[in-house]
Amino acid sequence: MSVSQDDVRRIARLARIAEPSDRIAQLTEELNGILDWVEMLGEVDVQGVEPLNTAVQTPLPLREDAVTDGGIVEDVLKNAPKSEEGFFVVPKSVE
Amino acid sequence: MNAPVSADTEHRYTLPGVTGEWEIVVGLEVHAQVLSESKLFSGASTAFGAAPNTHVSLVDAAMPGMLPVINRRCVEQAVKTGLGLNAKINLHSRFDRKNYFYPDLPQGYQISQFEFPIVGEGEIECERDDGSRFTVGVERLHLEQDAGKSIHDLDPNATYVDLNRSGVALMEIVSRPHVRSPQEAAAYVRTLRTILRYLDTCGGDMEKGQMRADVNVSVCRPGDYEAFRATNDFKHLGTRCEIKNVNSLRFIMQAIEYEARRQIEIIEDDGKIDQETRLFDANSGVTRSMRSKEEAHDYRYFPDPDLLPLVLEQSFVDGIKAGLPELPADKRRRFVDALGLSEYDASVLASDKDRADYFEAVIEGRDAKLAANWVNNELFGRLNKEGLSITESPVSPAQLGGLVDLIKDGTISGKIAKDVFEILWTEGGEPAAIVESRGLKQVTDTGEIERVIDELIAANPEQAAQVKDKPKTMGWFVGQVMKAMAGKANPQAVNEILAKKLLD
Repeated sequence: MSVSQDDVRRIARLARIAEPSDRIAQLTEELNGILDWVEMLGEVDVQGVEPLNTAVQTPLPLREDAVTDGGIVEDVLKNAPKSEEGFFVVPKSVE
Repeated sequence: MNAPVSADTEHRYTLPGVTGEWEIVVGLEVHAQVLSESKLFSGASTAFGAAPNTHVSLVDAAMPGMLPVINRRCVEQAVKTGLGLNAKINLHSRFDRKNYFYPDLPQGYQISQFEFPIVGEGEIECERDDGSRFTVGVERLHLEQDAGKSIHDLDPNATYVDLNRSGVALMEIVSRPHVRSPQEAAAYVRTLRTILRYLDTCGGDMEKGQMRADVNVSVCRPGDYEAFRATNDFKHLGTRCEIKNVNSLRFIMQAIEYEARRQIEIIEDDGKIDQETRLFDANSGVTRSMRSKEEAHDYRYFPDPDLLPLVLEQSFVDGIKAGLPELPADKRRRFVDALGLSEYDASVLASDKDRADYFEAVIEGRDAKLAANWVNNELFGRLNKEGLSITESPVSPAQLGGLVDLIKDGTISGKIAKDVFEILWTEGGEPAAIVESRGLKQVTDTGEIERVIDELIAANPEQAAQVKDKPKTMGWFVGQVMKAMAGKANPQAVNEILAKKLLD
């Protein structure tokens, strides 16, 4: 598996990071290097082996259904560049 | 699930085109808010209508380093719903991240279940408006987080974001494309809502956003759908468009019809349908493309590293199964088989949990058929007229039951009962006491009825003589007796005595 320069531009756009136009060629090469390296795993014969979701063998902890949090609107909004009457205020994002 | 399906000619829905008839194929993804006290992965409250951002924990606000811990109740509710939809419960399921950017999704991803949902295939038996039934397959049900709310109309240049809903648990219930008309789509959502309400796993209030539907619509030629059902091969169906977030039954029907007509027009104009996401505009009744979402469609799902796989014990599922309430379809059958109600009465009463609860409270130790009649006709009729729901009824089940008792044992006539019902509705009180204090008891004393009848015959000799030739004119006498006795005479006794005196 490998990625093209267009793929890299698309990944940047999906991740909402500025398109690094002057480094596209270099980034594509680096990403393909990583993918090649991971490709080595393809050498392992996994015929008949169930996919492994996690290496951790403990069960998922479940919590009881009780209200134990919230009511901290000031903390929640503390880092927001702009807020008003308890709302986050962000640039217009209507469809 | 691949049993051949023959065309249902009676309920076939078609749209005309210039090149011939078209049929439609619809599948729905219903998002149902899980009834729980706290959110899926945090301890913040799920209560509706709080001040902005007050029901938000640092987990919901996606502060760095915060970790999700799953709510046991939400898992139970999903399993319970799965069982209520006759679906397969998957003892192994997993949570994945669905990545996209939106202001009301601070994590930058929604925690959802992609490849391994908690509930697999099931089916729902739905009822059309005419009482006929059809079955819709359920593909899956999975748990996921709801997003926050963006408000666009407070400021022309800014969007206001409230995260109170962010992280509330949703069940996404995905149907097979087994729905064939706008009316069937509404029937499916209505039936699903009733089941969820019976199970107490979702409030089902569409106005409050507790249930919302994404509607997938495509069009095909007659015979194509049957070919699809026989082979399960989607090549027989047209390209579908998904209409996002439709929030009422009426809008669902409108959106489907509009979208189907739009697609037919494009195809007949030699155009091609693009598989895309569209929005329904309730004001203009049209659907339009949501272009900005297109690019975001690459969700790059991957297993959420913050959450271990969800592994359930069979005993956990069995415990929930043992506690399942009676479901609407079973209740309807019992009302018919055990209580002797008509299919129609049983269906009306069972189709809503509050109505069914009310009715069952009325019939405690009483005649079910007479009670069904009073609940379905008098009470529901009056509630409809006043625009009230059953939970707002001024007449309690105990009051209505008392009234039914008085009719049943002959204390009052059906006609007087309507007057008593009116008193119960407007003034309240206890039916037997009302009847007693206002002297509404039915007169079954034949002596008194005879006396009234004799007087009437004496006063109207010509009319009395006429009855022998035209027996139907006896009705006039019945009316006069009732009038003279203020409706309290036993109608059967009046008829018997009149017949004896006028016809013999």
